Amino acid sequence: MGLEDLQHNFLTGRLEDLVKWARRNSVWPATFGLACCAIEMMAVGAADFDISRLGMEVFRASPRQADLMIVAGRVSQKMAPVLRQVYDQMMEPKWVISMGVCASSGGMFNNYAIVQGVDQIVPVDVYAPGCPPSPETLLHAILTLHEKIRTGAITRRGPGGTGEQPEQLAGWVPEEPDAVRVATPR
Amino acid sequence: MSPEEASQAAPAAAGPSPSDAPAAHAAPSVSQAPVPSQSPVLSPLPDVQTSPGRWASEIAFPPRERYHDLVAAYKASGFEQLSDVTAVDYLTHPGRELPPGVEPERFEVVANLLSLSQTRRVRVRVQVPADDPVVDTLYDLYPGAEAMEREVFDFFGIRFTGHPDLTRILMPEDWEGHPLRKDYGVGRVPVQFKEAPGPR
Amino acid sequence: MTDGTDGDMADDTIRDTVGDAAIDGDAATTADAATDDGFGRSGVRRAQRAAVAETSEGAQELSTRRETSPDELRREVGAVLRIPEGGVVDTADIDLERPTDETMIINMGPQHPSTHGVLRLMLELDGETVLRTKPVIGYLHTGMEKTGEELTYVQGATNVTRMDYISPLTNELVFSLATEALLDVELPPRAVWIRMLMSELQRVSSHLMWMATNGMDLGSTSMMIYGFREREMILAFFEKTTGLRMNHNYIRPGGVAADLPDGWEDDIEVICDTVLRRTYEYDELLTGQPIFRERMEGVGSITAEEAIALSLTGPILRSTGVPWDLRRSMPYLTYAKLDFDVIVGTYGDNFDRYAIRLNEIRESIGLVREIVERMPPGDYRVQDRKVTPPPRARIDESMEALIHHFKIFTEGFRVPEGEVYAAIESPRGEIGCYMVSDGTAKPYRMHIRGPSFVNLQAVPTMLRGGLIADAIATLSSVDPIMGEVDR
Repeated sequence: MGLEDLQHNFLTGRLEDLVKWARRNSVWPATFGLACCAIEMMAVGAADFDISRLGMEVFRASPRQADLMIVAGRVSQKMAPVLRQVYDQMMEPKWVISMGVCASSGGMFNNYAIVQGVDQIVPVDVYAPGCPPSPETLLHAILTLHEKIRTGAITRRGPGGTGEQPEQLAGWVPEEPDAVRVATPR
Repeated sequence: MSPEEASQAAPAAAGPSPSDAPAAHAAPSVSQAPVPSQSPVLSPLPDVQTSPGRWASEIAFPPRERYHDLVAAYKASGFEQLSDVTAVDYLTHPGRELPPGVEPERFEVVANLLSLSQTRRVRVRVQVPADDPVVDTLYDLYPGAEAMEREVFDFFGIRFTGHPDLTRILMPEDWEGHPLRKDYGVGRVPVQFKEAPGPR
Repeated sequence: MTDGTDGDMADDTIRDTVGDAAIDGDAATTADAATDDGFGRSGVRRAQRAAVAETSEGAQELSTRRETSPDELRREVGAVLRIPEGGVVDTADIDLERPTDETMIINMGPQHPSTHGVLRLMLELDGETVLRTKPVIGYLHTGMEKTGEELTYVQGATNVTRMDYISPLTNELVFSLATEALLDVELPPRAVWIRMLMSELQRVSSHLMWMATNGMDLGSTSMMIYGFREREMILAFFEKTTGLRMNHNYIRPGGVAADLPDGWEDDIEVICDTVLRRTYEYDELLTGQPIFRERMEGVGSITAEEAIALSLTGPILRSTGVPWDLRRSMPYLTYAKLDFDVIVGTYGDNFDRYAIRLNEIRESIGLVREIVERMPPGDYRVQDRKVTPPPRARIDESMEALIHHFKIFTEGFRVPEGEVYAAIESPRGEIGCYMVSDGTAKPYRMHIRGPSFVNLQAVPTMLRGGLIADAIATLSSVDPIMGEVDR
């Protein structure tokens, strides 16, 4: 709707930048710590690896108030519907970081009990590998997400794309392209 | 009820004690296991087979009918706490070592008892056949057995008569099958790696 | 929904009922008492041994008191020990006609901000008072015991270490002890002492983590930050020694994976001094503070009899006055040679558990200092070619070393047939490993007795009759780690 149809002149261009700036500098995570990765996520929230400097130290308990779901830990078959329900309760715009190998792909637990990758349930924006990923890795993932928010379109819902990619991207872009948002049934 | 001090344990290190060991190339080794209790072996029900065990004073092999009585007898003789109830599915390892007179069955329910006053452990192993996987519960003797026996039921399908709430505890309620049985697969999803052919 | 007076009456009624039963004070009844259940519709069958008791509610449901069966109530109400022999809780005694029997069933979790992982608590509330609790677990079930049967003994430590993820070295240690008991090997002294050093540091870091999360549950965010700050020092040391901050895979069957790094004594000295000094800051912040004391004292109490019957161990059991610590009573490794105190509480309430854990930090710091002084030189793993891989440099020189390395890391080493239950004292209680081997390179059955799994059985007893705000504090003081509850 609306904004991507407009030609970018100085007025609407700045509005879009302003919206993206506001969004990426106060991404509030929802508490979704499941297993060992949750401890590293709490360490990121603590003093040594402070995410408060990124505006993110308020972990909202209610998904209605959260922007980001960091799936930290292994998702078991029993937990999968709960995960989807919490994701559905979050308001747009929302992002998902899959933290750790268990959330990204099932990790070392390739068995009957663990969902092999949380992207089978929710669309994931950034994958952070590690078992557990050290807090620096999680910070890198968060900053990658910030970059994705900065360079993506502000109304990027819809099947397929992440919005237009500008030609020149600054510093934090990783070598591989970011995860493509998959179409999920509503 | 104060347990004995560590003075009851005779030093069991083989070789010189570590505190005054010089740099010995012949690496004297130390035992890590708790020293077994010096009290005589128990066997409260004399007609039940027992054998010595690792990290335990004795291992008892009661028949299924006497399982509850044996555990009650142990409890009466000072085993105040139940450490663990678990089970093993011996489907793919039928030829295990058992004392004479004990018939091997498919399942084995294992209860570990602990005596705080005598600081010793005892293990009780009951053979449970596959066609009738039912055993008495220990809930009336040790209420702490409740969650453990539910887990055994969840993973092996062994039912405990007298258990107040025998339902699945770790798997979802509507799960079919008992995952830790040997004829239940791991559920591995084949993973395609870039260079590797075939499932891993 | 009710005003204060009605709520009080309801509480008195419940407590009177239980109180009468408590006066009799007999031991737990057998489940085979009374074939009629007073309701007639709950389907409780007490027939032959083939019949199994069915309760009126499934594992994931919670019904109000009026709709449930006596068995279910007996589990929750009054704690099983207070039910007299041969008597079933007669639900007619509980006054069901009073106007305030509108109870509320609420669901806490599995995703909730009290950072104890994915535990779901279903609570039946009368106003603010908790009547019944049913913990529903399994949301983190990972199939680790099944995975343990697919991995070799060399790989097993990586699997087991992720169960209790706050003190991973403890899991590895119990797994290694069980394996070594089956292998019947004895370790060089330095390996044993390194294991003790890491265990005690792990205990400090786990209790610091507990204090951090407990503080946050009670509202003290500063405690959260302080706890993690201290813990980072210990994790930095772990990273230096083992390579990882968490889930180290360091204590393996045969010894430890690598020797202590250079300068480790100085690192430990800094850690010990800092942490010990800061425990006195925590005293100032929490222990003497009136709000903290009011919230923790007398809340969530449990008696020694109940604790032993429910198979509780660790700080919960010690808070009731039972001086049971496996390091002292059934010493493993070489704890018999070390001098430390076992901290014991009196009232079995939350405050006692807090004080026990705080003082255990201090005791463990003292133990760490003693271990540093007495650390023997020597090998850090057993020199058995079949069990321990050779040093990497030797692989280039010796064909035999290459073959051993290959066999150990592909097939693994074979362990003789046998079974063992090895148990040690983790920061949460008794963690045990029941291992059955069939002569191959993989365990036939690897079961870990998680202390939190068993300690969670205390939660209904502790929460009953308290306020819902206390439920968080009590649950936090039980210190459940869902990784080892669900495995």
